[in-house]
Amino acid sequence: MPVTHRATSALLTASLLVLGLAACGSGGDEKAGSDEQGDKQITVYSGRSEKLVEPLLEKFTAQTGITVQPRYASTAQLAAQLVEEGDRSPADVFFAQDAGALGTVAKRGMFSTLPEATTSQVPQTYRAGTGQWVGVSARARVLVHNPDLVPTDQLPKSVFDLVDPAWKGKVALAPTNASFQAFVTAIRVQHGDARAEEFLAGLRANDPQIRDGNGKIVEDVNSGIVAVGLVNHYYLGEIAKEQGTTPEELKAKVHFFPGGDTGALVNVAGVGVLNRAASDPDVQRFVDFLLSAESQAYFAEQTFEYPVISGVPGPAYVPPLADLSVPEVDLNDLDTLDATVTMIKNSGLVP
Amino acid sequence: MAVALIPLAYLGVRTVEAGGDRIAAELWTERVGLLALRSLGLAGVVTVACVLLGVGTAFLVTRTDLPGRRLFAVLAALPLAVPTYIAAFAWVSTAPRLAGFWPAALVLTLCSYPYVLLPVAAALRGADPAQEEVSRSLGRGGWRTFTAVTLRQIRPATAAGALLVALYVLSDFGAVSILRAETFTRAIFVALELGFDRTGALVLSSVLVALTVLLLTGETATRRRGAQYAGLSGARRPVPRLSLGAARWPAVSALVAVAVLALGVPAVSLGRRLAAGTSRPGALPEVLAAAGNSLTVSLAGAALTMVLALPLGLLAARAPGPLTTALDRLAYLGHALPGVVVGLSLIFFGINVAYPLYQTRWLLALAYATLFLPLAVGAVASAAAQSSARLEEVARSLGRGPWTVLRTVTLPLILPGIGAGAALVFLTGMKELPATLLLRPTGTDTLATELWTSTAVGAYAAAAPYAVLLVVISALPTWLLVARSGLLDKEKRS
Repeated sequence: MPVTHRATSALLTASLLVLGLAACGSGGDEKAGSDEQGDKQITVYSGRSEKLVEPLLEKFTAQTGITVQPRYASTAQLAAQLVEEGDRSPADVFFAQDAGALGTVAKRGMFSTLPEATTSQVPQTYRAGTGQWVGVSARARVLVHNPDLVPTDQLPKSVFDLVDPAWKGKVALAPTNASFQAFVTAIRVQHGDARAEEFLAGLRANDPQIRDGNGKIVEDVNSGIVAVGLVNHYYLGEIAKEQGTTPEELKAKVHFFPGGDTGALVNVAGVGVLNRAASDPDVQRFVDFLLSAESQAYFAEQTFEYPVISGVPGPAYVPPLADLSVPEVDLNDLDTLDATVTMIKNSGLVP
Repeated sequence: MAVALIPLAYLGVRTVEAGGDRIAAELWTERVGLLALRSLGLAGVVTVACVLLGVGTAFLVTRTDLPGRRLFAVLAALPLAVPTYIAAFAWVSTAPRLAGFWPAALVLTLCSYPYVLLPVAAALRGADPAQEEVSRSLGRGGWRTFTAVTLRQIRPATAAGALLVALYVLSDFGAVSILRAETFTRAIFVALELGFDRTGALVLSSVLVALTVLLLTGETATRRRGAQYAGLSGARRPVPRLSLGAARWPAVSALVAVAVLALGVPAVSLGRRLAAGTSRPGALPEVLAAAGNSLTVSLAGAALTMVLALPLGLLAARAPGPLTTALDRLAYLGHALPGVVVGLSLIFFGINVAYPLYQTRWLLALAYATLFLPLAVGAVASAAAQSSARLEEVARSLGRGPWTVLRTVTLPLILPGIGAGAALVFLTGMKELPATLLLRPTGTDTLATELWTSTAVGAYAAAAPYAVLLVVISALPTWLLVARSGLLDKEKRS
């Protein structure tokens, strides 16, 4: 009966229009990013997940009375957004998952130089040489493995051993992940481009298990679908948390490549302050808050990462940062992303 | 029309900026050729599968005495409410080894065949039975009448649905990313994620535009050769239903199987994740706020899209010609671009042209309009084509002005089309993720962004309620679309 339909549709359309317009009317004035300094309000672009960051922001607001307008998206998306926005960006702070993204924005001259008093709390390897960004938590590259499928005494001594035919079809990778890319850059820095190319070709030839992200790799290793995988150490913490258990109880275990192997690279999540907020005291307080003992302990306990300031203990299921034999790579040297990306693309590991 | 041009202008600016050498280095590779072929292949396979599944289901629920056909009509349309990223995620959780081209084709087919089902079902119901009767009286059998007459009657509806499916597949990221099908869209995202390479991503997107133009040209060419199939008699009467006989139970089983695959698998998988995980979503007010934001931005998007689609749809139906065709085709381009590219183009537009609108709901609504304009234009145009222009001519001849005619005659006539278009845009806006992440006002969470936030850190149990709410809210406009196709009507008993 077309008449009834027409009436229903007409009613629906009318209400859609009215509601829609009302929504627009009320939504026009909520843009973040006031230009005033010290107005107790800051805008943070966070490439780190809301689940992890929000409790920290709430603490900050409770302590200082400064409200934070957080904008969450993936680190890569926010880096692209910031570069697209340029000088008119409403952002005060960029809180990124990894050093590479911070370097990309810094290269555009969009970050201001942080005060020496702030950056000097953090070891030199975990901050920009120019002082334009500073790491606030550290993560180690590890080999996650399932002891049922690979006995502990058969674990490789070096990440380069994974190209051995013995590992054919057994290694999971997330080549689109920024941490993997930083790791490849580290190989180029430490061993040269030829070695890096050879390594990627070897991985490709060894029939790797490609995954979308590190979390999926840890899940699949834990359930025995894949034997080993290259990930960041804290993903075991995340998966354990969701399963209501502790990282120690998981089937999957972490293996740190010994002897300064590139496979044990340590990268950081960090922050940079946009030029517009260079002298905003609220923003400065936020950066200092992230480096406070309280926040550093939060990273260790809640996100299973390593603190970057001395005196705060790391997560329980991994050896302390100081005891790791980290490869001698300066994170500042990891800014030659273009060449790494081209290399990964040419390797055939990504579409 | 400027709406559809924003992303194109942006792509143009950025591609030219990249310079000839960069473009050549980026595009003239074997990899790009392979990706283009694979994307077109996936679009082709999914489109064919959707046409078979969509037309078959539409025929069963409109033209046969299938038991429970009204229930099946609703079940068959419901996958519209399931975002591809949820479906793909559910399949991977159920069968972890699933990956590649064919699984992606399966998931995309299950999520998008209603795009064909709905218009075809409406066409099957609206078609004039007299043509089939003439065919039979001239000695053609049931099957030959079906292929020679019925299929031709529903051809415009099938083609319109198929085009939407093909473009949707070209632009989809959720399914191909989770199921690791190496398509163009995935390459665009990889370029962006890997090395934060905006330029590379945008140069690749321009190829997607070229592929879309190719598709649209092909569709337009076949459309021109199709004649109009007007009714023979003035009055509408119901088409007699085919008795399935012994074939009814296999038919029922087939529809049940499709429903289980398209709806059951995601439902069971989400349920298991909810039961197994320990993470919990935010407090109820937080969940409700996200639902409210989803509703308002999608409604705003639907309203704005309809305002823009109305003149275009009317033009397409009332004043066909090369210019109108070109405008109409232009509207489709945005639908084939990945959300992230449209999002970046509107950031560019917001920062440089409409700064007061930047990071407000208005700009997000504009993004939805850019992405989903063809859904609305199609609905308006088909409603306008079904209503006779003669009524308007009569009104004009009786001395009414053009605006009065539009207000009192044309708009009431095409209201069902406007309703259907708005429902479809609303539905699709609820599911949209990449552009929403880039353009939402800072601090505004929607159901889709909450879902993304939770799954990104492996908090699947926390994600499940948002997914359920998303599907439940979307089910309402879906039901409306089904009702609008006339699938729920009680038949007159004669």
